[in-house]
Amino acid sequence: MQMNTKFKPLENVPLNADPSPRAISICAEKVNVFYGEKQALFDIDLNVGANEVTSLIGPSGCGKSTFLRCMNRMNDTIDTCRVSGKITLDGEDIYSRDIDVVELRARVGMVFQKPNPFPKSIFENVAYGPRIHGLAHTKTDLERIVVTSLQKAGLFEEVKDRLQQPGTSLSGGQQQRLCIARAIAVQPEVILMDEPCSALDPIATAIVEELIDELRQNYTIVIVTHSMQQAARVSQQTAFFHLGNLVETGPTEKIFTTPDDPRTESYITGRIG
Amino acid sequence: MSILNIFFLVAAIGVSGYFLGRARAKNVSGGDLSKLHSLPGYAGAYVFLWATIPSVLFLAAWLMAAPFMLENTVRTGFPQTEQDTSENNQNLSMGMVRSLAGGLREFSVDERLGLPKIFEEIGPKLNERGIVLGSNGQDFMIDAAYTLIALQDKSRFWLTVIAITTSFIGAVWALSRIAIRLRARNQVETIILAGLIAASSIAVLSTIGIFLSMVAESGRFFASVPPMEFLFGTVWDPRFAAADNPGATGQFGLIPLLAGTIYIALVAMIVAVPIGLFAAIYMAEYASSRTRAIVKPLLEVLAGIPTIVYGFFALVTVGPLLRDISAQIAGIATGDGASFIQAQSVLTAGLVMGVMLIPFVSSLSDDVITQVPASMREGSLGLGATRSETMVRVLLPAALPGIVGALLLTGSRAIGETMIVVLAAGVAARLTLNPFEPMTTVTVKIVNQLTGDLEFTSPQTLVAFALGMTLFFITLGLNVYALYIVRKYREQYE
Ligand SMILES: Nc1ncnc2c1ncn2[C@@H]1O[C@H](COP(=O)(O)OP(=O)(O)OP(=O)(O)O)[C@@H](O)[C@H]1O
Ligand SMILES: [Mg+2]
Repeated sequence: MQMNTKFKPLENVPLNADPSPRAISICAEKVNVFYGEKQALFDIDLNVGANEVTSLIGPSGCGKSTFLRCMNRMNDTIDTCRVSGKITLDGEDIYSRDIDVVELRARVGMVFQKPNPFPKSIFENVAYGPRIHGLAHTKTDLERIVVTSLQKAGLFEEVKDRLQQPGTSLSGGQQQRLCIARAIAVQPEVILMDEPCSALDPIATAIVEELIDELRQNYTIVIVTHSMQQAARVSQQTAFFHLGNLVETGPTEKIFTTPDDPRTESYITGRIG
Repeated sequence: MSILNIFFLVAAIGVSGYFLGRARAKNVSGGDLSKLHSLPGYAGAYVFLWATIPSVLFLAAWLMAAPFMLENTVRTGFPQTEQDTSENNQNLSMGMVRSLAGGLREFSVDERLGLPKIFEEIGPKLNERGIVLGSNGQDFMIDAAYTLIALQDKSRFWLTVIAITTSFIGAVWALSRIAIRLRARNQVETIILAGLIAASSIAVLSTIGIFLSMVAESGRFFASVPPMEFLFGTVWDPRFAAADNPGATGQFGLIPLLAGTIYIALVAMIVAVPIGLFAAIYMAEYASSRTRAIVKPLLEVLAGIPTIVYGFFALVTVGPLLRDISAQIAGIATGDGASFIQAQSVLTAGLVMGVMLIPFVSSLSDDVITQVPASMREGSLGLGATRSETMVRVLLPAALPGIVGALLLTGSRAIGETMIVVLAAGVAARLTLNPFEPMTTVTVKIVNQLTGDLEFTSPQTLVAFALGMTLFFITLGLNVYALYIVRKYREQYE
């Protein structure tokens, strides 16, 4: 844990200065989330290690997406949603008053549960983040970022001849990979993925899993998944949620072989959920 | 039986048919509804429709045709001396017969026997019951009136019998058809479809009707004023025909009116579009849901204020205010206090009309912007875009077709607005580029030409139709242009 490391404001470290940003850790303490009167998460304590893939598993509606969205304050966009507790990113409380949410979201990228490409061309979709953050100084720079991002997301070969076509004309699985490419193009430090493979075929899934494994060298990754196999394949740490509670967390191997909690065991063996 | 009663009776047969049909469908199903092709409710509706529609159609047809047929019969009974008179005269006589018959209906059958058969004598009797007739009646009309009454009664009797029998037969027939495999659902669907088609054809047909009548009347106008003179004339001076000047034709130049219309609408849009759009953006993206819940209805109230109110607001407040301010500015700048903005001016009308249009722009655009899927917004924010970046780069482009539509609607309103212009910019048809001077618009002149007791025979009044056509084509052009823009945009993005 690097809880006490001094938080360095991003302005001093241009995003594109270091192509392999130093990975950082996230630490949640007593996080409670309410949608209006309804409490969706109860006292979540979870540490997400740097350069690790952490997978969040649990039955539908247990609050995985909600927790994921706490980590880049995406929940701020929901009027009724209230978050209490503390979440630190590299030691800095992301819910403190003087944090810049916009900058936070540039550092903590997100791939959503449903693919949501913009109604723009494929190229513009990927170029969107770099343009906003001024990551490319020249047109060739921008093109390079777009191409590498698409390559990393395993989409480039399929779309290289039609970068000017609308992103919405792609198939569901392609759209999801486009969204992944869009997220990495910003070169975040943490990537949050909400069921990135739920719309993908096995081949595309394998590409994305490979990508996750590769990204782990430089990034910290949190992934929500409904596939036990996927969690077992890609993650080092696994957290099991149930009805808004974090039931159990630990090294993936341990969770899948000798879980402490009977609920975890029933879930991974397919008895609840 | 009165028409209303027949109607109720048919409806009652229909409703009982509905319940009987439903019950019968349940019955044939033997308790297992899933065996039925259509649920019992559809069987009921099927019976209801068969019981009511043929009967009501018959009723409508009869009511439309019967008066003509009856009166024709009565007319053939007129004495030869009457038959020899002109068509117009016969029509008048028929009218007298009609009112006589109406008056006689105030008396019971027995009382009628005691009534005199002489027109001069029957008049006072009717007067006692509060019925006043003209004085130019003749005796034969009394007989004719009795004939008419007898025919009407007969007609009503058969109408009642046939309508109710039709309804009854329809219901029984439909009931007898109910079976497990009866496709009542599809048939009901067909009837609903027919109803919907009828409703939309009424809308389309009335548009076509309005257009055709305008074409016909404008044609009459262009018979006396050449189209070129109308379209490109720069002087509007229609000079009403007066006693000392009967054959006055005047000049009907469209240009000053068109210029005024476009100028004032332009000023209004320059005011309304930015303010309205910014307000919409604020409400859609920045305002908390509580602020939104207060501000949006308030803006919509603004849209509900009648335009005449804006008009006198302009006349009493804005116009004089602008004039005084300009006088002060002139005083400071040149030392002489002559105001350069007149109280009635393009600027006054444009400003006030702009204020009136703000809620249209903002409310419509706000709806469109909030309809963009939330996932677009989240996607952009999740990449670290600010709210305004999200708005400009994602939400507005995605909402563009709707926003164009909203602006178009607003533009059409600006062009069609009359009351504000009359009060704020005057009625003088002038051609000027100075926004501080009065001008007027097409709609104002239409009102102007048609106020008072007029006959549509002179170019002075017929010109209203030509002006109407002009407005029609302007709005049509705007619509087509907007469609083009939207389509172009769509190709790019979807
Ligand atoms: N915007 C919202 N408003 C109100 N309640 C919400 C909202 N989003 C989620 N919830 C509630 O919060 C709880 C957790 O939802 P969440 O989306 O986090 O579940 P999840 O674990 O991601 O489920 P899934 O696997 O189906 O995606 C659910 O009970 C859900 O109904
Ligand atoms: Mg979810």
